[in-house]
Amino acid sequence: MEDALLIARLQFAFTIMYHYLFPQLTMGLGLLIVAMKWIALRRNDERYNEAARFWGKIFAINFAMGVVTGIPMEFQFGTNWAKFSTFAGGVIGQTLAMEGMFAFFLESSFLGLFIFGEKKLGPRGHFGAALAVFLGSWISGYFIVATNAWMQNPVGYAVAPDGTVHVNDFWALLLNPWLGWQYVHTMIGSVITASFVLAAVGAYYVLTDKHAEYGKVFLRIAVIAGVVSSILVAFPTGDAQVKNVYKYQPVTFAAMEGIFETKEGVELVLIGQPDMEKMKIDNPLYVPNFLSFLTHFSWQAEIKGLQAFPKDQWPTNIPLLYYSYHIMVGLGTIFIAIMAVSVLLLWRKRFFANRQILWVLMLSFPFPYIANTAGWATAELGRQPWLVYGLMRTAEGVSPTVSAGNSLFTLLGFLGLYFVIGVLFLLLVIKKINQGPA
Amino acid sequence: METLWFVIVAFMLAMYVILDGFDLGAGIIHLFAAKNQNERRTILNAIGPVWDGNEVWLLAAGGSLYFAFPKLYASSFSGFYLPLIIVLWLLILRALGIEFRHQVQNPLWKSFWDTSFSVGSILLSIFFGAALGNVVRGVPLNKDGYFFEPLWTTFTVVPEAGILDWFTVVMGLVGFFTLTSHGSNFIALKTEGDLQKRARSIAAMAWWGVLVGSIVAFISTWSIRPQIWQNYSDHPLGYVFPLLGMLGLVGMTVYNRSGKDTFAFLSSSLFIGGMLASTAFGLYPNVLPASTDPEYSLTIYNTAAQEYGLTVGLTWWLMGIMLATGYFVFVYRSFRGKVVLPAEESGY
Ligand code: HDD
Ligand code: HEM
Ligand code: HEM
Repeated sequence: MEDALLIARLQFAFTIMYHYLFPQLTMGLGLLIVAMKWIALRRNDERYNEAARFWGKIFAINFAMGVVTGIPMEFQFGTNWAKFSTFAGGVIGQTLAMEGMFAFFLESSFLGLFIFGEKKLGPRGHFGAALAVFLGSWISGYFIVATNAWMQNPVGYAVAPDGTVHVNDFWALLLNPWLGWQYVHTMIGSVITASFVLAAVGAYYVLTDKHAEYGKVFLRIAVIAGVVSSILVAFPTGDAQVKNVYKYQPVTFAAMEGIFETKEGVELVLIGQPDMEKMKIDNPLYVPNFLSFLTHFSWQAEIKGLQAFPKDQWPTNIPLLYYSYHIMVGLGTIFIAIMAVSVLLLWRKRFFANRQILWVLMLSFPFPYIANTAGWATAELGRQPWLVYGLMRTAEGVSPTVSAGNSLFTLLGFLGLYFVIGVLFLLLVIKKINQGPA
Repeated sequence: METLWFVIVAFMLAMYVILDGFDLGAGIIHLFAAKNQNERRTILNAIGPVWDGNEVWLLAAGGSLYFAFPKLYASSFSGFYLPLIIVLWLLILRALGIEFRHQVQNPLWKSFWDTSFSVGSILLSIFFGAALGNVVRGVPLNKDGYFFEPLWTTFTVVPEAGILDWFTVVMGLVGFFTLTSHGSNFIALKTEGDLQKRARSIAAMAWWGVLVGSIVAFISTWSIRPQIWQNYSDHPLGYVFPLLGMLGLVGMTVYNRSGKDTFAFLSSSLFIGGMLASTAFGLYPNVLPASTDPEYSLTIYNTAAQEYGLTVGLTWWLMGIMLATGYFVFVYRSFRGKVVLPAEESGY
């Protein structure tokens, strides 16, 4: 069963990381398209309508990828994690089913109208369709993050005689203290992705002097949304997430931050390599006492290190967890810097002529994807060895009857298929970008 | 409460088959009915704005199944592991066929996605029929309520059968013919001229397949799972479902001949709904019969979530279904009427 477990985990990790590449753009772009339609309505400016139409096309392609990679996710709870589904279906079935009923119906119905129906609906109706698609995708995010939040911090459940768990407090499930910040943080992360993608295309247009007029429209929206979201992702939402982890999963917190010993006045490690043999961080670059301050507002507060916890509670892959977390936070800091400089230049009216910053913006669109993926890796690796924190170990959740050979077959199939459709997706998007707005 | 949720899940699955069924059917006939680029474009435009919404019924049905009968969801999804994952791949290829085809004006690109859309649809219709066959025939559940079925073993109906044996293949073919005529009815309804004529004649041919297939399926169900008739002899009222189905079957050919496409389409919907309801009625309260030991069968009682969850679920389900119905009515109204191709290709 060891191999079967490993392959099931790899398959889940691969397919969910791939899936998440698409919704993060959908959710962020949904918001920015609504903003474009809004500006177009208010100012009666046709350029913004055209911009919305152009991004609508990319949105549609991206959405299709999100849909086709999302359906396997829904199935995999049953195919690969049957024990987990039997155990927890009485709780997470709620949120997953609600996602279908309240989000997917809304999104999929109105996307067709948004794409095909601009003439029929008129400007206001079309704005309404954009708004419905945006709402659908954010509601979808809410329910799926609620599912994940319950796995991180189970609430509102009771254990039945046969050992399975069932919801006994619906509102506790939907108002999980873990959920609020996680949701806002995730949504803002997706706005960052969308801002950087918008900025990259805009910068490309301005730099090559093709569709430069639209390029400027994109850039203006992108850097304003970008600076706001980059700041919000760190503070208050990221900060609040850290505090939640510290409160509910102290051992995860110690592993993320790379703290081995319990002591007072703990430093914040910025860079360094965890050495699991000697139980220390090699080549550390740190700010003394800062972590104590961040968590307790007191420079001398005590923080528990990994060694304060039994080893079978430790996350299974501490170095990877540590790096994922530091990559996310490091990139987040860089995003604030890039977007702040851009906005400053925009305000001083020296932005569009500054080729250096445009180059930077054109090339940095992959990094929010990396930050978002690293963020999820932090959350999911940090939860290990638990599948449902404190209730079910990951090893206990896997399907009992699916052999390693069978799941390897499907893992390889997903790898191949996703590679091919990923290439085609990129080709199509590049083609749309080169065609530009009408 | 369990019974109510059984009805709800069955209803949602039936909605899925009826709605996504017609766009699957459109895919089945895509290569045969549409002879040139314009006609292919017309078929795709007929389903373009609605297919994703239709497919959401599968997700919503799956979600409701997960939520109301977690144990059933876990057992059947892991037991039907390979076919389900293959279904996923087919859904992916088919969906991308619809969405990607018109993005590049290159004949090779288009034929590639046309084929992927059509072959995907054909195989899916067969798999869905076979899936139903498996549920009727029963699967080799063990005492913990799990099982694993290979794709095929000997093609005979034995306790250790695979997903495909002669019975489930027959059911697969019934699925194929049913969705073919259902999809053709829809395309006939949405188009004019040659394409409409061809769609009508395909519907007429497929009808014979449906008829013969249904008779064979009916007789073989009789021999494989006679227990199904128990519920009917206990509650003769149940006979209305097969009767409605038969009414639909007759309507399909009558309206097809008289060229009343809307009614032909409604008839094939009625046929699908009636037949699925008949099966569900016969199975109840079993949801996955065991071919090993009837004791191991999964029923709505030993798989359901608890009362509290089911009750809360009912509240939001009712809200959700009203909203969803509203969207569907609105969307279908907005796109009603025949498909008219814009003067120039207006791919989004
Ligand atoms: C553009 C993306 C992005 C950026 C720049 C950041 N995050 Fe983040 N972070 C996410 C995107 C993200 C995410 C993908 O949305 C995650 C994964 C799970 C979740 O709740 O959000 C996440 C998770 C996550 C977690 C893990 C929660 C857990 O263990 O479950 C913490 C502690 C933080 N974030 C904190 C921060 C801080 C202090 C940042 C400071 C700059 C930061 N994040 C930047
Ligand atoms: C919000 C919905 C999500 C749920 C319900 C969820 C649930 C799960 C489950 C069931 C597993 C498999 C068991 C395990 O190995 O722990 C898992 C693992 C994993 N997930 Fe998530 N996940 C979600 C979102 C994400 C996203 C968006 C990403 C990445 C972009 C992600 C990244 C991972 C990774 C990297 C693993 C493997 C961790 C490991 O095996 O150690 N997850 N998650
Ligand atoms: C294991 C976890 C997940 C499952 C089971 C899942 C399931 C799905 C499914 C079935 C779809 C297709 C819906 C349709 O047909 O319209 C989808 C799309 C989508 N998912 Fe996921 N998903 C998961 C993780 C996530 C996460 C973590 C997010 C965001 C926080 C997310 C956000 C979305 C959005 C916005 C869409 C709309 C399509 C798109 O954006 O491209 N999903 N998901």
